[in-house]
Amino acid sequence: MEIILAVITGVLYASGIYMILRRSMVKLILGIILLGNGVNLLIFLLGRITKGEPPIIDSAEKVLEGVYADPIPQALILTAIVISFGLQSFAIILVKRTYKVLKTDDLDQLNTTDEDS
Amino acid sequence: MRTIILKSASSYLLPVLLLFSVFILLRGHYLPGGGFVGGLVAAIAFVLDAFSNGLDKAKKILKFHPGFLMPVGLMIAFLSGISPMLLADLPMMTGIWAENPIPVIGAIGSPLFFDIGVYLVVIGSSLTIIFTISESV
Amino acid sequence: MTNDIIILPLVVHFFLSILLMFFWNKLNFQKIVSVVGNAVALGVAIWAFTFVYNNGTQIVESGDWPAPFGIVFVGDMLAVTLVLLTAIAGFAVSIFSTISVIKARLRFGYFSVFHFLLLGLNGAFLTGDIFNLYVWFEIIIISSFVLISIGGEKSQLEGAVKYFALNFFASMIFLTALGVLYGLVGTLNMADISLKIAEVKDTTLVEISAVLFLVGFGIKSAIFPLYFWLPASYHTPPSAVSAIFAGLLTKVGVYALIRIFTLIYGGDSFLTILLLTLAIMTIFSGGVGAIIQNNIKKVFMYFIICHIGFMIGGLALFTEVAMAGVIFYLIHDIIIKTNLFLISGLIYRIKGTTNMKKLGGLYANYPKLSLLMAIPLFSLIGIPPLSGFWPKISLILASFNAQEYWFFGALIFGSLITLIVIAKLWSEVFWKNQPEISFPEKFIYFNQLRFGQKFTFIFPIAFLTFVTLYIGFGAEHIQQLSQRIATELINNELYIDAVLKR
Repeated sequence: MEIILAVITGVLYASGIYMILRRSMVKLILGIILLGNGVNLLIFLLGRITKGEPPIIDSAEKVLEGVYADPIPQALILTAIVISFGLQSFAIILVKRTYKVLKTDDLDQLNTTDEDS
Repeated sequence: MRTIILKSASSYLLPVLLLFSVFILLRGHYLPGGGFVGGLVAAIAFVLDAFSNGLDKAKKILKFHPGFLMPVGLMIAFLSGISPMLLADLPMMTGIWAENPIPVIGAIGSPLFFDIGVYLVVIGSSLTIIFTISESV
Repeated sequence: MTNDIIILPLVVHFFLSILLMFFWNKLNFQKIVSVVGNAVALGVAIWAFTFVYNNGTQIVESGDWPAPFGIVFVGDMLAVTLVLLTAIAGFAVSIFSTISVIKARLRFGYFSVFHFLLLGLNGAFLTGDIFNLYVWFEIIIISSFVLISIGGEKSQLEGAVKYFALNFFASMIFLTALGVLYGLVGTLNMADISLKIAEVKDTTLVEISAVLFLVGFGIKSAIFPLYFWLPASYHTPPSAVSAIFAGLLTKVGVYALIRIFTLIYGGDSFLTILLLTLAIMTIFSGGVGAIIQNNIKKVFMYFIICHIGFMIGGLALFTEVAMAGVIFYLIHDIIIKTNLFLISGLIYRIKGTTNMKKLGGLYANYPKLSLLMAIPLFSLIGIPPLSGFWPKISLILASFNAQEYWFFGALIFGSLITLIVIAKLWSEVFWKNQPEISFPEKFIYFNQLRFGQKFTFIFPIAFLTFVTLYIGFGAEHIQQLSQRIATELINNELYIDAVLKR
């Protein structure tokens, strides 16, 4: 399982960065989404995947017994997903507005801010 | 997308989905669920209505701008977050619970109000985003 | 609970931002609430600062969960000092915004988002949990995305796309580093990580996570090979927005680097060399960039980059003297950079342009205002009794003690190039005669404003200049404070003991 996830993480990172490096703004958003998913999978993977019980202690006991799953990576991923949801929707609206104003999808055309004014 | 099947189904689905979202919200104490998921389900209910009956009808059902839900939800979450500081001299975000659970709803406490706040914020923000994107096509 | 004082700045800004959302369309009310609220926040920050100054590090365990398990907020001297500086800068910028930002922009919830940004900054300074730091960073960048693109002009949108892409990328790298670190130590509390990272056997992975943090925060704080988003975007929004970005956004990256590299990866020899090289290159490239620019705003932007190098280099030296210099420079830099962009906004209001070629004769027309603007400009260079001079003594002393002569040379080079560029700016903008150009007709110039409006323009600049003068002439107090912070940072047991209550 870990190997499959590691390969998928690698593929998501590589394709995300490749898409960000392309010249199209739509591909920039796609790259951002892929990269965000790759990071989430990486956290999931590094949090040590186990087929364990939820870490809830019975009222009769004081410490956890047996194999249990770490809940923190999942909490982290949930937070990261919510944040990237907000950022991606902002990105979509931003790129749409930019396309409307500039009439181009090519990131190389975005060079007026570097001109001397 | 405006088929008669979707149209007649959505008018029944809207209240059912909204009820389901409240169920998910209240389930979130010890089981999977909670404010965020519940809010998304409620938002989907309105998006489905907008699909079948058009954006204007969906807005009419809402009666007010969905963006208004954001400050309301944030304020509820904020107040429940600082309530332990004001009421019980505990650090912020500490859960304070009423002693006796209420039937149907379950235990009442500041985390429940926090979740309700999250629920409203999620409905407000996701509907604002989706309406904004679909308006400016 | 007395230690709750340290999170009051968060509570105040969060409350204000929600309150302003309720009054979305009432612009005058928003202006009043924002200025009054920032005054309250300033008072609260002073209160928190004096409390921590007298009683030592305070912690708040949110949710009443004990330290390594829950999220803690730690108010040590560094954090509360930066909260105080944020409050000062926020107060000045909010007053400046009421007059300089046009109504079309204010209508999109400018003030509400502005308070959200301040909330994020305060949270990032105060938190003691590394994932919580990520969340505060996201709050900061989401608010800054809105502020940078509000108004939707062509150049603004272009800048926003670049700013968005690189900052999002930085966040993802930060999150990757965080995942690697969590996999190594299994905890998120920074004090706890600091204890557990010593036991990790695989030092390669530790260094990989350190370098990932360096890249993530490096993009945010604009160090050498990663700063290109900054000159492409910071001059596009209104001056008030640029001011708060310049003063605080890059500095929060520097703060995170200071926190991470003193607490978690302290004194690693590989990182020292890496940081020092980057610092020298940052000073060099920022300085060279500043020389060739003709727009005042762009000159100031390259100064941000140049002076970030001073702080990163001091951090790399990792001695108490160097850290004291870094903290002093940070205090000086936040105030001065905010002020510089407010000044560029004022110059724009007076002349209708910020291009040095078209400007001139400011001293002949407004001698008193020019004098006011001269103080921050000279402080930036570090003319002796003013504030930029004192931290450089510590930094130069530390670089001599550590025998890092390249960094010493870079410090001198950076100061010299600042002097040259400011001299050029002074002669072009203030002394040169006004060149014959056509002025835009529809523009509302400074001398057409009413007295109250003029006062609102000048008051924040005068306020920040006063703070700068205090930092310069009351250098003894600031030096004492910086030394205390430096001691706390170098001996990180103090921080760890306070958080984990050992």
